[in-house]
Amino acid sequence: MRRSFETRLNRRAVIGGIGFGGLAASFPAWAAGSVKLPLPGGPDERQLTTAFPGKGEMILQRTHPPLLETPFEVFDQGVFTPNDRFFVRWHWASIPTEIDADAFRLKVHGAVERELSLSLNDIAELPRFEIAAVNQCSGNSRGLFEPRVPGAQWANGAMGNALWTGVKLKDVLDKAGVKSDAVQVRFDGLDAPVVDEAPDFKKSLDVAHAQDGEVMIAYAMNGEQLPILHGFPLRLIVPGWFSTYWMKMLSDIEVLDKPDENYWMKTAYRIPDTPGANVKPGEKGFPTVPINSMVPRSFLTNLKAGQRVAAGSPIALRGIALGGDCGVKSVEFSSDGGKNWFPTQLGKDEGLYSFRRFDGSLPSLAAGSVEVKVRCTNTKGVVQPDAAVWNPGGFMRNPIETVAITVA
Amino acid sequence: MGRILLAAIIAIGAAPAFAEGQAPKPMTFTSQKIELPQSERMFPGGPEAEAINNNCLACHSAGMVLTQPKLTKAQWTETVNKMAKVYHAPVAPEDSAAIIDYLTNLKPQP
Repeated sequence: MRRSFETRLNRRAVIGGIGFGGLAASFPAWAAGSVKLPLPGGPDERQLTTAFPGKGEMILQRTHPPLLETPFEVFDQGVFTPNDRFFVRWHWASIPTEIDADAFRLKVHGAVERELSLSLNDIAELPRFEIAAVNQCSGNSRGLFEPRVPGAQWANGAMGNALWTGVKLKDVLDKAGVKSDAVQVRFDGLDAPVVDEAPDFKKSLDVAHAQDGEVMIAYAMNGEQLPILHGFPLRLIVPGWFSTYWMKMLSDIEVLDKPDENYWMKTAYRIPDTPGANVKPGEKGFPTVPINSMVPRSFLTNLKAGQRVAAGSPIALRGIALGGDCGVKSVEFSSDGGKNWFPTQLGKDEGLYSFRRFDGSLPSLAAGSVEVKVRCTNTKGVVQPDAAVWNPGGFMRNPIETVAITVA
Repeated sequence: MGRILLAAIIAIGAAPAFAEGQAPKPMTFTSQKIELPQSERMFPGGPEAEAINNNCLACHSAGMVLTQPKLTKAQWTETVNKMAKVYHAPVAPEDSAAIIDYLTNLKPQP
């Protein structure tokens, strides 16, 4: 059974897979094979797809509206995630598939001195701003939660790093003149629910955050015009914060004179207001806050679970790390269950909010099983925790990752 | 979708606003059009899948539902109620119970 099942899988089938509990099934003709994700208890098999415009091979989590995960081996290829492999996540099914660049306008209104209706060329005239930043879904790694929680069952591939080009949000807000009684700025995009009464997807940031000179409106991603699936023509970039705030197809900016109480701020995307957003499964009645800044993470990218390596010679380790809402201070590794930690060499610094490459070397090992752990400490001194946090939304996961390899 | 149409109407008569002598190469934008793949996948099963196939597929395809981990009846009830009450999915009350039963009995599959 096991053998015949494996032969049905694509050559890159096992991405850190642990268990083997999936069931065989038939896939649509356009599927490009399948992959197993390390989702405890399953179902752990997903189709690979190349059917989405502008996308290479992606893990299909949902066709409509699209949820596409980046196959993990892409993260071994560099700190910038190519646009055609970058994860995709849409909330509502009414997604414009045709956008006229000349007709598009970004509206700025609310508690401002002057309402604005900006064309793309108006925006391109503002001073250009560029930043490398990791865009990570709030629910990245949700599928790894134990006990499992409902929602998009991502493994670790709902994240990516890009060089974003555009203008500072501050410059656009200054053009409109934010009034002194403003408290938050709300962002809306062109996507819409199928049912009119459903809550349109909108997100807000505090005014001071919106004006910090880092939050920006991007029109290009890794040097190319934004693809539609990534929010053409404009996308909000909130460096260091989870991507729920990174509004795609940004078309409307509303400056608010009172805190935003819309569903997507007040009810959805909330995390426990506890250290690490951690609560006990089943716990109720804890206070919550809107999800906000990211936490440090690090991943080995050149070693996969179950990989066999040669005994008697050093083993190269490499991977990527992010500091979260600040830079990466260090990445260390351990091969003795976390008793002793050794430094890695950090790669080129592409900016505080970018992925950072690390390289290390495991001394030659005797034959047997070895668990390799990596942990990131960010420049604020926050270290990845030993144990994974748990919360009902499946948010904020960032434990020290462990990859079990076989030395033979 | 209405907003795009509105934007198109507003744009009539608006001149392009390229400034001369600005930064070396100002960004230029090209209109985009794509076609998204559609899923024809139905929830498997006979009559017991009728309610879920009739009520759920307009807003989302079946794949993500069928790849959820095993969830309890209480968890599925919460999800189906959220779809109906918060997201205003037009689910008839008599169909809700059938959908919850279907999902609770679902054997997770790829």
